[in-house]
Amino acid sequence: MYETSYSRAKDASDAAKKMRAADDGKFLAGGMTLLPTMKQRLAAPSDLIDVTQIKDIDDINVTRKEVTIGAGATHAAVASHAKLMKVCPSICSLASHIGDPAVRHRGTIGGSIANNDPAADYPAAMIALDATIVTNKRKIRAEKFFTGMFETALKDDEMIKAVTFTAPKSGAYAKFPNPASRYAMAGVFVADHGKKDIRVGVTGASSDGVYRANDMEKAMGGKLSSEALDGCEVDEGAMLSDIHGSAAYRANLVKVMAKRAVDAAAG
Amino acid sequence: MAKVEITVNGRATSAEVEDRTLLVDYLRENRNLTGTHVGCDTSQCGACVVHVDGKAVKSCTMLAVQASGSDVQTIEGLAGDDQLHPMQEAFRNNHGLQCGFCTPGMIMTAVDMVNRLGPKLDEKTIRAELEGNICRCTGYHNIVKSIAEGAKQMGKGMKKAAE
Repeated sequence: MYETSYSRAKDASDAAKKMRAADDGKFLAGGMTLLPTMKQRLAAPSDLIDVTQIKDIDDINVTRKEVTIGAGATHAAVASHAKLMKVCPSICSLASHIGDPAVRHRGTIGGSIANNDPAADYPAAMIALDATIVTNKRKIRAEKFFTGMFETALKDDEMIKAVTFTAPKSGAYAKFPNPASRYAMAGVFVADHGKKDIRVGVTGASSDGVYRANDMEKAMGGKLSSEALDGCEVDEGAMLSDIHGSAAYRANLVKVMAKRAVDAAAG
Repeated sequence: MAKVEITVNGRATSAEVEDRTLLVDYLRENRNLTGTHVGCDTSQCGACVVHVDGKAVKSCTMLAVQASGSDVQTIEGLAGDDQLHPMQEAFRNNHGLQCGFCTPGMIMTAVDMVNRLGPKLDEKTIRAELEGNICRCTGYHNIVKSIAEGAKQMGKGMKKAAE
């Protein structure tokens, strides 16, 4: 790891101030991606600004169906939050399958979505849940937030404070993990918001990162039916292709995972 | 350079370290606690698992400065003066190790598992919870057996302590 300079932010405005003063700074949350990347010398930020000590940054709040998850909430905290489990068990289940227990004790939801790894799980949930990303500057709808592989709408000195969403009527996440790394090779989050509003978020597979599967949503016409997806064609040309799986394989996986998620959401 | 203050196995420690110093290097190089191992150095293998504020974490993927102000427990802090921790004893009784390289991480993960999920652990749960710990000798069978027995013994200890 190259040399770096570490500091802790007291609050969001302090974090932004420190970031503006830094030559090439990065916000540090759990560090489960950033630190390994730095160890491999693929990243060399001059400054690390630790945001995990900011007051209430890891709060999870559930009021009836309205959910707010602080950016610093760890995967372990999301997975085991009793109130969240009652209104939106699908996101708890998703969090409980990220990495391993030790990684879940450190990794955070804010870090995951700010990084927007094409194989990260949370971005698919954010899209399907129609979540809002709350930063120190503004509120951004998930669909506008994720702008491509490892790319987001975040400005340099903009940090995520929380995500908010309304718990859906039902939802489910199905992923096909790479057998070695356990990263999603295709992961599909399906959320039924009622009033014929079903949303489908797909991660792991597309060369453009997470995306919303409008065609699948349309095919279902507001009713959770995996058979309705039979006619959907997933575009191979848009899929990742590597030693773990060809584009055609991944395109097929997306459909299979989507059907599994729809069946699970339909209960 | 940064000043870190970390309570390690109940003892207050402090030192000036480079900001980029990993927690595992602080423990091994600075505190001479070499029971915590570095296996893969990429947060896959779990040989470096320690407890930070009571939670299992991979100390190869955390900076020492991040742990400043925290309580850290390593494998060296588990046993009493002349008695192994029940989980260590269980690994010994069940031949839960061969070369022993992964063992400190396995045991710290196992203790964390019991702390979170209680002493009644079925095989499926233990295997799933071992996702982040890799052993290249035993084929896991005896490790799983060790953890089941260690958990049971820890449960008896907890019950006794409660009485």
